[in-house]
Amino acid sequence: MKIEHQAAFSLGASDLEPGLFFETAASRLAAGGRAVSYFAVPEAGAWRLVMAVAFDREGRLEAYSTRAEGPFRALTPAFPQLHLFEREIYEQSGLKPEGHPWLKPVRFNTAGAVPGVADYFAVHGSQVHEVAVGPVHAGVIEPGHFRFQCHGEKVFHLEIMLGYQHRGLEKRFIGGPGARCLRYAETLAGDTSAGHAWAYCGAVEALAGVNVPPRAQALRGLLLELERLANHTGDLGALAGDVAYLPTSSFCGRLRGDLLNMTALVCGNRFGRNMFKPGGVSFDLDPALIKELKLRLEAAYRDVQNAVSLLWETASVRDRFEGTGVVPKEAAEGLGLVGPAARASGVGLDTRRNFPSEPYQGFTLGVSGSGDVYSRAYVRWLEIQKSAELVTGWLDALPEGPSETECGALKPESAAVSLVEGWRGQICHVALTDASGVFRHYKITDPSFHNWQGLALALRNGEISDFPLCNKSFNLSYCGRDL
Amino acid sequence: MIKALLARIKQGYRTMEFPAPELKLPHRGLGVPRLKSRHLEKAAAACPYGGISAGENPGLDLGRCVFCGACAKAAPEAVEFTREYKLCASDRGSLVVTGGEYRRAETLGAELRGLFGRSFRLRQVSAGGCNACEADCNVLATPAWDLGRFGVQFVASPRHADGLLITGPVTRNMELALRKTYDALPSPKVVIASGACAISGGPYAGHEECVGIPADIPVDMYIPGCPPHPLSILDALLRLIGRID
Repeated sequence: MKIEHQAAFSLGASDLEPGLFFETAASRLAAGGRAVSYFAVPEAGAWRLVMAVAFDREGRLEAYSTRAEGPFRALTPAFPQLHLFEREIYEQSGLKPEGHPWLKPVRFNTAGAVPGVADYFAVHGSQVHEVAVGPVHAGVIEPGHFRFQCHGEKVFHLEIMLGYQHRGLEKRFIGGPGARCLRYAETLAGDTSAGHAWAYCGAVEALAGVNVPPRAQALRGLLLELERLANHTGDLGALAGDVAYLPTSSFCGRLRGDLLNMTALVCGNRFGRNMFKPGGVSFDLDPALIKELKLRLEAAYRDVQNAVSLLWETASVRDRFEGTGVVPKEAAEGLGLVGPAARASGVGLDTRRNFPSEPYQGFTLGVSGSGDVYSRAYVRWLEIQKSAELVTGWLDALPEGPSETECGALKPESAAVSLVEGWRGQICHVALTDASGVFRHYKITDPSFHNWQGLALALRNGEISDFPLCNKSFNLSYCGRDL
Repeated sequence: MIKALLARIKQGYRTMEFPAPELKLPHRGLGVPRLKSRHLEKAAAACPYGGISAGENPGLDLGRCVFCGACAKAAPEAVEFTREYKLCASDRGSLVVTGGEYRRAETLGAELRGLFGRSFRLRQVSAGGCNACEADCNVLATPAWDLGRFGVQFVASPRHADGLLITGPVTRNMELALRKTYDALPSPKVVIASGACAISGGPYAGHEECVGIPADIPVDMYIPGCPPHPLSILDALLRLIGRID
């Protein structure tokens, strides 16, 4: 069933008889569809499987659902992009995807599960060794467990086991929208506060049938692009640090802070918290603030350009970036990778272009790449340029009018899919309401959910010493995936 | 090479002075709150985290506060947030703002100050947070803040650390790893709880998936915020080891 992005639809109308559901899903995925969400929701003593599929090039969204009472047919063998969705369904509902080749825990949140204890893939041989890292890593970063199967320096396989950051977020939306929901959205992945807050607001507004004023949408865009600017700048600095090129590392470390401080000028918080709310935004800009932001952006952008250009001109950096951690286009598409990681492998996918909504009409972005660390770094630089251009445009011509509107009650017995291009890639929130118009289910998919497997693949046949560099080139979220 | 040198000249010297009298949170930022009234009923009703108690002993608990500003919006006559970043406190009780002056944290005793005052190494453990607290700890290592000039540094191994800085609500899945890391630190050691999550669960307060810092791990310093501003974290660290008043 065709649905619209950020518009309410009836879940009942998407119902298919089980056989037809799996046939339809398989044929649509085979036709180039990409699953943006796939989950099980409790329904009258059984479950309902819901899948939302995007056809990015056509900007088309479809939804199908079916009633499920027991084991169901795993589609992962034919469509690896579903592998984590099906594992998640099994962990959350107990419905077993029959034929799934890799049915391991996702978040270790079931009775008796011990975090990190699972049946790991192992390579055997007299000179093969295993390297285990984490959950506590060397740096000031989030926890996760990594196992490398190595022969000398060469990595045969990397298995990534997460779940340490699981704090039970999805189910806390049920019965909402409540007073704590917005902060949940803002802290799903703290460095993507604007992205997730917008996705949440988009879902609520779709179900409430609210049209958000253009000024509010432009101000949201401003925060989302500042978030992208700050994170991409910080990551390019960190990539430089990982190849011991300290000038760019130092400059970008400072510049990331300058960009975060611009967000703090707008809403008081460096991560954009307290800015978004269903119906609009909480803070507006006056001419003095607009002027200040423009000055700061100009100065920061000039310095970012200067700092980042060193990367492309320095032979030792290029030598480490080029050809390291390659993810071929077919693999990126097969795994359903999103965001800069996908674009660096040549996959033309960007929510801002494929599913344009205000304020992104007419958005264009070039994609090309060989799927290596260099591409993943260079794509960030392309996006920095684009984001700076967008922010400047909005600051120059901010639409007049109110910055918020009343957001009323949600439509009962409905569903909405809300997509936002966060700095790591596509964020998907799916909200379902019950007969009384409160959330019956809330499904969150952070871009990292898709992309962690991309990192594992990037390490194949690489050297273990390339791990930090590959890892930083993706810079994925643990908490966004663990929820 | 010459380009790198030219860039260095262009980028300039960027390390900020700290502490400096004019340092404040941004204009719309929320720092130490001030209670303007003893009647906090309206403000308490607006707080989704039970951070405000009304009645006999009215107070605002900064340990639970995620600095969303809902209370000040609902009851501007009762609660106001200043731009003051010095938020750290030595004990859980001091985090409750009442009518009087906010009681900022104490410095370590003379013996520990003698050990850590000029060289303080921290192991950070992220135990279920959203990565914003971690990001604003990391920022302290950039040239703008240059944490190293104060003799403070985040280190990789707990064996090399004098203190543990905990962020996040301590998920069930991180409880064991946190304890093992704490045990691996040599004594004497200090523990810092940074951010609303580590102090009270923050946005996730009450979740069965989050257990909090175990009671037998004593906390020496609390830094409120969601996340705490780097100014607040730096102030807390330097205050703890007696580098600033």
